[in-house]
Amino acid sequence: MATVFERPRALTDKPFHYCPGCTHGIIHRLVAEVVDELGVREQTVGVGPVGCSVFVYEYFNCDMVQAAHGRAPAVATGIKRVHPDRFVFTYQGDGDLAAIGTAEIVHAAARGELISTIFVNNAIFGMTGGQMAPTTLIGQKTTTTPFGRDVRANGFPLRVAEMLSTVEGAVYVARVSVHSPVHVARARKAIRKAFEIQLQGLGFSLVEVLSTCPTNWGMTPVEALKWLETKMIPYYPLGEFCTPGTGRQDND
Amino acid sequence: MPRTLMKGNEAFGEGAIRAGCRHFFGYPITPQSEVPHYLAKRLPECGGVFLQAESETASINMAYGAAAAGARVLTSSSSPGISLMQEGLSYLVGSELPCVVVNVMRGGPGLGNIAPAQADYYQAVKGGGHGDYRVMVLAPASVQEIIELMETAFELADQYRNPVMVLGDGILGQMMEPVDLDGEGISSIPSKPWAVTGTQGRTTRNIVNSMCIVPEENEAANLRLANKYNKIRQNEQRWEEYLVNDAEVILVAFGTLARVVKAVADRARDEGIRAGVIRPVTLWPFPDQAFEKVIKFAAKRFLVVELNLGQMLEDVRLAVNGRRPVHFYGRPGGVVPTVREVMERLKQTSEVTDGGDRI
Ligand SMILES: Cc1ncc(C[n+]2csc(CCOP(=O)(O)OP(=O)(O)O)c2C)c(N)n1
Ligand code: SF4
Repeated sequence: MATVFERPRALTDKPFHYCPGCTHGIIHRLVAEVVDELGVREQTVGVGPVGCSVFVYEYFNCDMVQAAHGRAPAVATGIKRVHPDRFVFTYQGDGDLAAIGTAEIVHAAARGELISTIFVNNAIFGMTGGQMAPTTLIGQKTTTTPFGRDVRANGFPLRVAEMLSTVEGAVYVARVSVHSPVHVARARKAIRKAFEIQLQGLGFSLVEVLSTCPTNWGMTPVEALKWLETKMIPYYPLGEFCTPGTGRQDND
Repeated sequence: MPRTLMKGNEAFGEGAIRAGCRHFFGYPITPQSEVPHYLAKRLPECGGVFLQAESETASINMAYGAAAAGARVLTSSSSPGISLMQEGLSYLVGSELPCVVVNVMRGGPGLGNIAPAQADYYQAVKGGGHGDYRVMVLAPASVQEIIELMETAFELADQYRNPVMVLGDGILGQMMEPVDLDGEGISSIPSKPWAVTGTQGRTTRNIVNSMCIVPEENEAANLRLANKYNKIRQNEQRWEEYLVNDAEVILVAFGTLARVVKAVADRARDEGIRAGVIRPVTLWPFPDQAFEKVIKFAAKRFLVVELNLGQMLEDVRLAVNGRRPVHFYGRPGGVVPTVREVMERLKQTSEVTDGGDRI
């Protein structure tokens, strides 16, 4: 009998701890599938964040390092500079990457560090109880913006992919989503491109993945997917913001 | 290179290279900037990596990554930058990673100044970051000793899988002295089967992690550290003694200040006061054993001299444990005392009581 579906080798058999309807799990699977496809699992070192995905070291079936909150790009830099021929990626949330770790990601990109980053934007701090993230939408209610994010007090949501696409060392920067099967397939392609950029030694690559947090958004999983599509995508357009061939800004 | 003239800060770099370190990550700060200047030139010559990071927070985390990957790695900074590294140091300890950190101390608190000080003693020897931990701390007093202790630092770091700090001050970093660079330095470093390298055929994954979510397991991890620290306390105390055998008054100082204090002991002896010096070389583990020894000899009183408000003073008091008066003389903020000043203070010390002496 032909196998039509199985767990990627790059995932362990440990059950995910994520809440029902959380799309972190889908994103893990995509990363693992691409690692398998590229045949680099045994050459891979992954770096995990602090956030809901702090346990990625238990899920990815490769050598893993747990980094301090926001510092994964610096840790990945240290690893890559010791083992330039290994494949090194970071997996980070939007509090980790876009709040406390903004300096580390910008400078890893500026150096054209040969690492790839999976950046999970769920518009909130999941792990610590649903506080405002730099990516929280205007008007969005969180535990620290109980009346909705007010730009006068809290400023504007940060568009990380667009910002990093202006940095010369960043060679491939894309934003994708996982709210529908078509989008999942596209996300997988973008992750593959990003990883290939590193393997070809072209420079820094990052894929921002729009993701759900039904628990802290206070929604059902289905409502959360809808909210992502109708509220997040208008502010965070999907597309490739820079690619090695076409240069900068190419979104759909 | 045989005998050559070298600046202290350059010696931190050369000592690291001779110890087999080929990776440096750092952010400029006075009075240690010659460390990165030197290594920016030297590391590429020997096939190493020099990287100027965007901050000390990034430096220590790059060092964390390089250490996890199995390299001998160095970062260096001065006081404010070392403060920024404390979270990273705590993670290095939690993940049991070896790493060497140089702190060429300057005057604080805050921005303070760039003059020599020893005010980061507490931060260095008591842990510094969050959690219940220690880093080993070595305090060289000459440019030659920097070269030697850098090698010791990397060896201790690998042996115990714990960060080691080499603590200097602005005088030591900036002064030039002749050094003997015998031999070639280390050619191979210990194998690190726990390092992340990609599994590459290995059947088990290597995971570098300081997270321990179950309290009982985290307690066990802490107790494992405690065990390691007890071993270090037993085996790694280092100090230098000067004229202690018949000394009735023992001066205690570390780093370059110990050189001033040795001159004080000489002057005191010229004036008929039998003085000696204990210079702790390891600040953690603190060399308690040195104090047991001199108390058995002739020591009647101690005078601790520091470039701060009295920090090592507390460790000396713990070592002496009330058996003798422990006096203090300190100049904080970047001021270095003269031999004459310390001499005057020495003459005022009582054999009966220190009265909880402080500045
Ligand atoms: C230095 C430090 N500050 C704060 C925290 C607490 N903290 C843990 S995770 C987190 C935010 C996580 O949010 P995000 O990165 O968006 O990931 P998510 O949980 O949403 O996947 C915070 C603030 C920490 N662990 N370390
Ligand atoms: S809190 Fe949100 S981000 Fe975290 S696991 Fe639950 S749904 Fe996912």
